[in-house]
Amino acid sequence: MTGKWDPQRRAVLKAGAGLAGLAAVGSVLPFRAARAAALTVGFIYVGPKDDYGYNQAHAEGAAALKGMDGVTIVEEESVPETVDVQKTMESMINFDGASLLFPTSFGYFDPHILTLVKKYESVRFEHCGGLWSADKHPANVGSYFGYIGMGQYLNGVVAGHMSKSKKIGFVAAKPIPQVLLNVNSFLLGARSVDPEITCQVIFTGEWSMAVKEAEATNALADQGIDVVTCHVDGPKVVMETAAGRGAYLCGYHADQSPLAPDKYLTGAEWNWAKVYTDMIATVQAGGTIDNFVRGGLADGFIKMSPLGPAVSDAARTRFEAARAEIMKGGFAVIKGPLKDNQGNVVATEGQAFVETDVALESMNYLVEGVIGATS
Amino acid sequence: MSLDTTLPGSGTAPISRPVLESLARRAESVLLPFGALAVGLGAFGLFLALVGSSPLAFYGLVYKAGFGTAFSWENTLSRTAPLLLAALCVALPARLGLVVIGGEGAIVLGGVAAGAFAMFATGLPGGLAIAGMALLAAAVGAVWIGAVGAMRYYRGVNETIASLLMAYIAIALMNHLVEGPFRDPASLNKPSTAPLEEAYRIGSLPGIDVHWGLAVGIIACLVCWVVMERTTWGFAARIVGGNVRAAQVQGLPVGRLLIGFTALGGGFAGLAGMIEVAAVHGSANASLAAGYGFTGILISFLARHNALAIIPVAVLLAGFEASSGLVQRRLDLPDATILVLQGFVFVAILLSETLQGRFRLFRPEEWSRP
Repeated sequence: MTGKWDPQRRAVLKAGAGLAGLAAVGSVLPFRAARAAALTVGFIYVGPKDDYGYNQAHAEGAAALKGMDGVTIVEEESVPETVDVQKTMESMINFDGASLLFPTSFGYFDPHILTLVKKYESVRFEHCGGLWSADKHPANVGSYFGYIGMGQYLNGVVAGHMSKSKKIGFVAAKPIPQVLLNVNSFLLGARSVDPEITCQVIFTGEWSMAVKEAEATNALADQGIDVVTCHVDGPKVVMETAAGRGAYLCGYHADQSPLAPDKYLTGAEWNWAKVYTDMIATVQAGGTIDNFVRGGLADGFIKMSPLGPAVSDAARTRFEAARAEIMKGGFAVIKGPLKDNQGNVVATEGQAFVETDVALESMNYLVEGVIGATS
Repeated sequence: MSLDTTLPGSGTAPISRPVLESLARRAESVLLPFGALAVGLGAFGLFLALVGSSPLAFYGLVYKAGFGTAFSWENTLSRTAPLLLAALCVALPARLGLVVIGGEGAIVLGGVAAGAFAMFATGLPGGLAIAGMALLAAAVGAVWIGAVGAMRYYRGVNETIASLLMAYIAIALMNHLVEGPFRDPASLNKPSTAPLEEAYRIGSLPGIDVHWGLAVGIIACLVCWVVMERTTWGFAARIVGGNVRAAQVQGLPVGRLLIGFTALGGGFAGLAGMIEVAAVHGSANASLAAGYGFTGILISFLARHNALAIIPVAVLLAGFEASSGLVQRRLDLPDATILVLQGFVFVAILLSETLQGRFRLFRPEEWSRP
């Protein structure tokens, strides 16, 4: 890559060369130093980076790196999970000299990242989603993810207090394990407050489909549901529609409180800023990022939006207590006795699945109390 | 073009008069769209300047990222591959006077068909498997878009609306199939069909990192051009496009032509879906709905539904799209910039259609008139 014309690197090299006129001995040293300092990191998002959701959460993480010494950030938004993303990654490598890439969408991994890891062995690929496994994938790709289900559980705790109709709602994209865990966690959080509460889930079938999200939210409101959360890429439509219908909101992915400050209770947010800063610091210190990185609330991978003005004192107390419990570690949302909404036992008395349990990653059920179907 | 230097009536023209006249007639269909392209690019440059960005820097980057380096060409040509077949799905019916804009539906269903074929017909030799996937995908696409032609012919259903709505149905059907009957149970968080066996994959062209879909697309465009311009079927199809009544009076099989050519277009779109699965994705999933079918509409219209012209136009638009990333990164412009540019070019070329026949330069029969 050193042969590529790169104004920034050249500037750094020039400066380095000027300073090191004396360094006939260490002619390699300033060059190496310049290389290490000029770390170019590429971020790729599947949607707009101001979507109040998944992509914004990553973009905020990337923004946190901009102040770091010797780090250049390049970003590209709305890159589909096709040959497009492969070429975007290659373009960042070829034109910008990026040596660390964060293609953030789940669908970028297989086959797109996996195609490129073989071609660019000196580049490090970091994928959000947790698909890396040592026996299948090379060492220059890694994955990272957070246990955000706990955040939805805490959302549920607040929702359980604030709901008057005892009916809460969830607008979800697709009935896949990650989403199902969020739906179940939200309901179980609410039921930890009041076991009578039910949660209606509506699947839109798409990660980003504003019209269906609005329809689903309205359908929830029509049923008298008074607290709404969601798991779609950009929660903006759900939040604004639900607020317009007078429902309280629990956020997801990023902080949506600016959309409806009075109605926003709290939200389960990614804290990529911490994750990314740590990773870059590791690289700059000459280390290697672990190939498999995971963390939850206690590790700072996840955070909760500040509680909104509408949250009652009782809810606040309960929320703080539940959060403290989770921060201790080993907390299980899915624990027996528990049935799914078809009547099948999913956890027997005494059985508990803590947040790190891999069994949760193939979840295919909705727990009792959730109204809706996985297919 | 040396038209200006050999003005009509000069008598001593170096080229004989009939050749010149035929050149002038043909020049219109080349010079007008290129002129419109230049106007579109210029107008967008002006727009950029108004919002405070340098048009020169912008076009410099577009050139660099789209066509400036070997990698840029790989980037552009990789994006061109699916667009060629997608554009044919618009261009072929258009020559019969049908505006079919739902090629996306045939693409996703073709992809699902290919994925399903690979899932259930395992252990075949590579060539046979690829042929099977291609045929099945093309057949599914042909039925899907052919149905649009049939509804148009037998029931008078508007083909534009029908094909668009059917594209939404196709995407829903694809989601249902890859999340239901055809789902690989191992694809947890991204429902997909089972990964294709290695022998079932389509590789790259020799010497360049672009998959075989590009060659297939170019060959398809050439074949379609020959069929449309140099065969009696194509001639008959163009008559139907010109005037259905006249075609009927002449005894042309209007129904068969309508359904046949819409099905052929759909077949190409289905094939595009299969190539996406076999060359890019390695399984069928929701990423198939990437909008190639819709970009194909733009390309076909810009190429004035001429199968040969589709090739350069597709390369040009793919080059624009290839440059989108660098433009975002270097000039800090939003990702929609290239879309706006495409819009400017599209409008300019559509407007240029109204200028057809307005320039005497292109109308030799009027040259002698004062």
